[in-house]
Amino acid sequence: MSVPEIGKGAPATPDVDGRRRAFLDAVLAFGFVSTAIAIVYPVSRYLVPPESEEPATASVVAGKLSTLAVNSGVIFRFGSKAGLVLRTPEGEVRAFNATCTHLDCTVQYKAETSQIWCPCHNGFYDLAGNVTSGPPPRPLERFAVNLRGEPGDEDIVVSRA
Amino acid sequence: MRQRALKWLDERLDLGGIRGFIAEKTVPVQRHEVWYYFGGLTLFLFMVQVATGILLVLYYRPSAEEAYESVQFIVAEVEFGWLIRNVHSWSANLLMATVFIHLFSVLLLKSYRKPRELTWLTGVALLFLMLAFGFSGYLLPWNELAFFATKVGTGIAGAVPVAGTFLMRLLRGGDEVTGATLSRFYGLHVAILPAVTTALVALHLLLVQRQGMSVSLKDEHRARAGVPIPQRPFFPNFILRDVMLWYIAVGVLAALAAFYPWELGRKADPFAPVPAGIRPEWYFLAMFHTLKLLPNHVLGMEGERLGVMAFGAAAAFLLLVPFLDRRASRGEDSPLFTVIAVGGLLYLVVFTVIGYVAA
Repeated sequence: MSVPEIGKGAPATPDVDGRRRAFLDAVLAFGFVSTAIAIVYPVSRYLVPPESEEPATASVVAGKLSTLAVNSGVIFRFGSKAGLVLRTPEGEVRAFNATCTHLDCTVQYKAETSQIWCPCHNGFYDLAGNVTSGPPPRPLERFAVNLRGEPGDEDIVVSRA
Repeated sequence: MRQRALKWLDERLDLGGIRGFIAEKTVPVQRHEVWYYFGGLTLFLFMVQVATGILLVLYYRPSAEEAYESVQFIVAEVEFGWLIRNVHSWSANLLMATVFIHLFSVLLLKSYRKPRELTWLTGVALLFLMLAFGFSGYLLPWNELAFFATKVGTGIAGAVPVAGTFLMRLLRGGDEVTGATLSRFYGLHVAILPAVTTALVALHLLLVQRQGMSVSLKDEHRARAGVPIPQRPFFPNFILRDVMLWYIAVGVLAALAAFYPWELGRKADPFAPVPAGIRPEWYFLAMFHTLKLLPNHVLGMEGERLGVMAFGAAAAFLLLVPFLDRRASRGEDSPLFTVIAVGGLLYLVVFTVIGYVAA
């Protein structure tokens, strides 16, 4: 009995041919699935941005006390985030994380009503950072404020409480 | 489940026609068949370029201040970023190689002859587009080698008669190679060239599909004498062979990317001394070396200008080959064009090797 050439002659028996076919199908499927994983896995890992090593900012100088008028506020840089330093109508200096707790807009000082205001969705906070109206769900993160330097020329030093 | 999904689609799209077409399509079986796979391989590598290029765009920043750092970030910080970038670079180089193999096999087999002149024209246009892709992509990492190679390369455009200065400024986005050049090359590389190339590839494939694969002159003569050319079903026989080759290409690319990563070099500094051994990518080396060998004045003309004009003439000649080779169009042997093709191939190989060794 002659052995049939692969892919040419008639199968020796239907059974052998069926098993051979199933085996080849399995090998082929395994190969393709492995290849697909070997491509999809690196690409999906690539798409995830690497953790940026954000320097854990502990404290920054937000500006000079002399340039911050009573009943006003300015945005300053706190690491990679925005901070808000303000002077209450009473003259007290306070600082907050300026990221609105609603949807991450940057809040600002509203002098007319002496409030902290988020213009994106009209959220209001009082000068202690507590929500008074609008959609924000939580109070603003408050930073510690220290004055440093000669009287009349103090730096406002803001640090994470 | 699969049957039902197919039936659902069939009811809406009437796939019967397409299925019948695929089932009936055949390709000729011939001695030189191996060369016919290089067009498909080029197409595959182009798709790899599109996929990896899109991935690179996600992190790349096209400015003189950030480009180098962003590529560094990709290869050093992003997971598998090194793999994506190396596959993109290697695939680009293999693509140029397969483009040239495809070009010379079509030239030597005279497959450009009537009725395939339009396929040839789109093919040569695609060759020029691929060179433009290579030239613009080379600058994007904004490293020293690329910066000076681009200075030289765009300077060559300045030697074009009449419009030289205009062309050079157009390419550079100013008088010098600066961040403005980088923006320009980036736009060219990721928007203009891909758009034009996609359209031309579609046209090229449509023409190949419409006219079927060409057969060699010898087989054509035999067919005319009544000997039928054996055919192979397109699906699955031909497609399987194609896919097998693509599969091997994936393996080769992955191996090259893993074991032979591309260097990033040093960040470009316009005021640093030019490092020794500045040379373009290998597919421009033959041209580069030719220009280097030309004396500074030939026949009362600047050597460089003469060289650039000669390259322009060669490009025009290449484009017009099917219209100049009247004999092949009539179905006769045309030894002259075989000699020209072999001569061109020899010139490219010899000058590339000399250029490589000399630098």
